[in-house]
Amino acid sequence: MPNIIVLVKQVPDTNAKIVVSGDRVDLSSVKMVMSPYDEFAVETAMKHKEAAGGEVTALTVGGAGADKILKDAKAIGVDHIVRVEASQEMDSNALQTVLAQAVTELGGEVVYCGKSAADTGAGSTGPGLAERLGWTSVSNVIGATFDGGFSVVTPSGGDHAKMSLSLPAVISCDKGDFKVRKPNVKGIMQAKRAAVDVRSIEVPASSITVVNQSLPPAKPAGKTYEGGAAAAEVANLLRDEANVL
Amino acid sequence: MTQTIVIAEMSNNAVHSSTAELVAAAKTFGGEPTVVVPCVDANQAAGAANMGAGSIIAAKSGAFTHYDAKGWASALDAVVPQGTLITGASPQSKDLAARLAARRGLSVVQDAVAIDGNNITSPVYSGKAMQTVSITGPAVISVRSNVFAPASGGAGEPTIVDTTGDVATSVQEFMARASERLDVAEANIVISGGRGMGSPENFVHLEAIADTIGAAVGASRAAVDTWEAIPHAMQVGQTGKTVNPNLYIAVGISGAIQHLAGMRSSKYIVAINKDADAPIFQHADYGIVATWEEALPVLHDSLKSMMG
Repeated sequence: MPNIIVLVKQVPDTNAKIVVSGDRVDLSSVKMVMSPYDEFAVETAMKHKEAAGGEVTALTVGGAGADKILKDAKAIGVDHIVRVEASQEMDSNALQTVLAQAVTELGGEVVYCGKSAADTGAGSTGPGLAERLGWTSVSNVIGATFDGGFSVVTPSGGDHAKMSLSLPAVISCDKGDFKVRKPNVKGIMQAKRAAVDVRSIEVPASSITVVNQSLPPAKPAGKTYEGGAAAAEVANLLRDEANVL
Repeated sequence: MTQTIVIAEMSNNAVHSSTAELVAAAKTFGGEPTVVVPCVDANQAAGAANMGAGSIIAAKSGAFTHYDAKGWASALDAVVPQGTLITGASPQSKDLAARLAARRGLSVVQDAVAIDGNNITSPVYSGKAMQTVSITGPAVISVRSNVFAPASGGAGEPTIVDTTGDVATSVQEFMARASERLDVAEANIVISGGRGMGSPENFVHLEAIADTIGAAVGASRAAVDTWEAIPHAMQVGQTGKTVNPNLYIAVGISGAIQHLAGMRSSKYIVAINKDADAPIFQHADYGIVATWEEALPVLHDSLKSMMG
């Protein structure tokens, strides 16, 4: 029975307005939530457990504030919640090194994560972690089946490919054609009482540092027309002014 | 000076034209970039000629038949020189960038839209902010398309190097996508409809224009969530696809923050909406306050006469 790990990350609510103060994004008044693609990872991890047995551990890296999303995962039904204590900024190399050690300590055999986190949008963690562990990885997975071996569906050259693989593996999840389960009252009550297993792992130095963050440059005001007849003029502008046709 | 190596962007076993943009990005570090083409047949590397490379390596392996993250990373690692690696920023290339970086103990910067010395800028928070990072030593950088002007000239003949990869997955079957249309993430022009289209049947009017100008058809989350006939594959926005086309035409889309996150970096944006106060107009280069029933036939006729 597989030991299943699902990586979750705390990010600003995707509907939040991002403000910059000085040369950094200021998240102090923004609601923090589980990164949306991680919800598909949690759902797929739970399906894997239902099909093959085993236990699911939700794992995050961060400060105590990140316990909230671990409790959210617990309310949905994961068995264990683990946080690696960390407060500093980490580049991909540092974060993946920490995660690889945590997954090894936890004895994980399959790791699920979101295809990218809503803050960085990078999508480096799943494949990078797999490489460090020497495991297979498949990214942008939109569905998984567990009967008669393990297979996943992923985009491939404009089509979809159903791929079979063997464990251990890291699977990064895109939005699939399925609903994610929501916590029920019993789950929420259990999550309240659940203790977070807090671990400490040495963080290697980062070779990438953030210089500054800023708002994207404002676009110059566009031209606005009233009435559908203006579409003819806009078509001309697209050809002659914008040169995009 | 950092040695730079471009991993060619591949599409259907051919070198994609955006590879020349990656060479231009690599040249910002100085020197003559080496382009490495992952290929099954060395003839596939011919497409990398005249893209500004100092030299071209055709990395030939059966491992490159289908994309397999572990197989591609191991087969490329064996033949790619040390240095800073530049890849495309398609989902597959970002995945490969992350694996190659981890394999070499390097850090990775994804979705670069500007490179200034060792400072690299990428969008974060789905484009709601920009972040500049500083790299120390070699790194792996994925570069967005339509940012750098393509390089030209340079090497033509590849050096062929055989390599092997540790392929860990096997394809059981390919499933054709429901739609034969262009994918929104790959198209230079995207025309998207929102709930303002009234019903999914009315998307035929968007498809007609798409056929005229070679566009892909997209949709807002509201449209995808409301109508089963509009598949998630068409969704542009935070939980859908992020697009960066030359032209984005939004029809009956109000411009919710999560939709803007997926398309605001488009070079030109046209908005057609009957509500003059719709937020989409603040981001449009050309806004038309009208119903789609009024505007689309006029737009289509004009485009048809232009395209001859």
